[in-house]
Amino acid sequence: MATEAAHGADMAEHAVEGGLSFHPMDQFMIKPLFGAGDVGMFTITNVTLWMFICILAIIGVMVLGTSRRAIIPSRSQSVAELAYGFIYKMIEDVTGKDGLKYFPYIMTLFMFIVFSNFLGLIPMSFTTTSHIAVTWVLALAVFLGVTILGFVKNGVHFLGLFWVTSAPLALRPILAVIEIISYFVRPVSHSIRLAGNVMAGHAVMKVFAGFAALAVVSPVSIVAITAIYGLEVLVAFIQAYVFTILTCVYLKDALHPAH
Amino acid sequence: MAVEPIQEEMAGVCVDAHGSAIGMPQLCGEWIPNQIFWLIITLVVIFFVLSRIALPRIASVLAERQGTITNDISAAEELKRQAKDAEAAYEKALADARTEAQAIAQKARDEIKAKLDAATAEADAKIAEKSAESEKVLAGIRASAVESVEAVAKETAEAIVAALGTSADQAAIDAAVANRMKG
Repeated sequence: MATEAAHGADMAEHAVEGGLSFHPMDQFMIKPLFGAGDVGMFTITNVTLWMFICILAIIGVMVLGTSRRAIIPSRSQSVAELAYGFIYKMIEDVTGKDGLKYFPYIMTLFMFIVFSNFLGLIPMSFTTTSHIAVTWVLALAVFLGVTILGFVKNGVHFLGLFWVTSAPLALRPILAVIEIISYFVRPVSHSIRLAGNVMAGHAVMKVFAGFAALAVVSPVSIVAITAIYGLEVLVAFIQAYVFTILTCVYLKDALHPAH
Repeated sequence: MAVEPIQEEMAGVCVDAHGSAIGMPQLCGEWIPNQIFWLIITLVVIFFVLSRIALPRIASVLAERQGTITNDISAAEELKRQAKDAEAAYEKALADARTEAQAIAQKARDEIKAKLDAATAEADAKIAEKSAESEKVLAGIRASAVESVEAVAKETAEAIVAALGTSADQAAIDAAVANRMKG
């Protein structure tokens, strides 16, 4: 919050220059870490930095935290075991036992998203999951993986997913069209849901921080930032959870396409 | 974001002359390949760290803990069973001891009763013997007393007759006394 306030003060200078100015989207800018210039594909940027921190955090909890292999776990080992059990149980509940083969892939998705979301809540940090490019790659990987898996596992029977046999025959072609559209919309909603939630929360916080420049409303805006921050902590976890459980649901469709 | 002079050199497709983003940074095409590249590297690294090191390790720890818990529970059940056995043995010993104590008490009571009966019988016999003896003595005494009374009566009668101044023969007096005594 302190940095947000400092940022507000910075904005106040702008306000003196020419009215109140907001740059709520500037926090999502990609910047090269070393020097200036164009951002190429392999440029080391703030994206690289925060993804690297994300990897380190995951290694810290999941590898270093469990290094003692204690029967009675330490705190960090408990967290790692909790995350393991949480995702393991989710897959088992949603897809059944045969979905557990894909546990490492789903765990990778969940750990990346949850750690990116929470690291993004550190003031002045960069939130990688606020970018549609990132979430789109994640959602597309899930979509392609699940679709290919569905055809490999079930062959042509996978198309039964779109042919609702429990409906009257006359309705089935219409339902098939709806099912196909909804199937192809999945990666879109899957990716935009995550990026949109994260981006919106961060942008709203920035807008309130901009209002903090006005002395009259600054107490209100600081209280609002605090409240929104609490909400964002919830959103950070819930969106990771939602992304993961939807992945499990899609995986279930691929493994058991029958309605 | 803070506007620094250095950023003004960065003005391009996604950044304006003040170093701020043009529109949504998320939709600026120039920034997309960079993110996708680093994302894929990150996901691959996380995947290998998790699938090669972290997840098997956590799985083994959880399995080991489950095993320990199962063992402890079965050991606890074994101990509980032993405790139950010991309790049963204790109860049995207690019941046996109680029965034995009752038997001993009963026996002692019977013995005492037998002794008491014997002693009572003996005492009764003695009493009966003594009373028979006494009766015999008493009968003797009574008999001798009657004899004495008769003798005294005869003598007295003789003396009274003599005192009256008449004489009577011994035989008449004896008969008269004996006659009186019978009545």
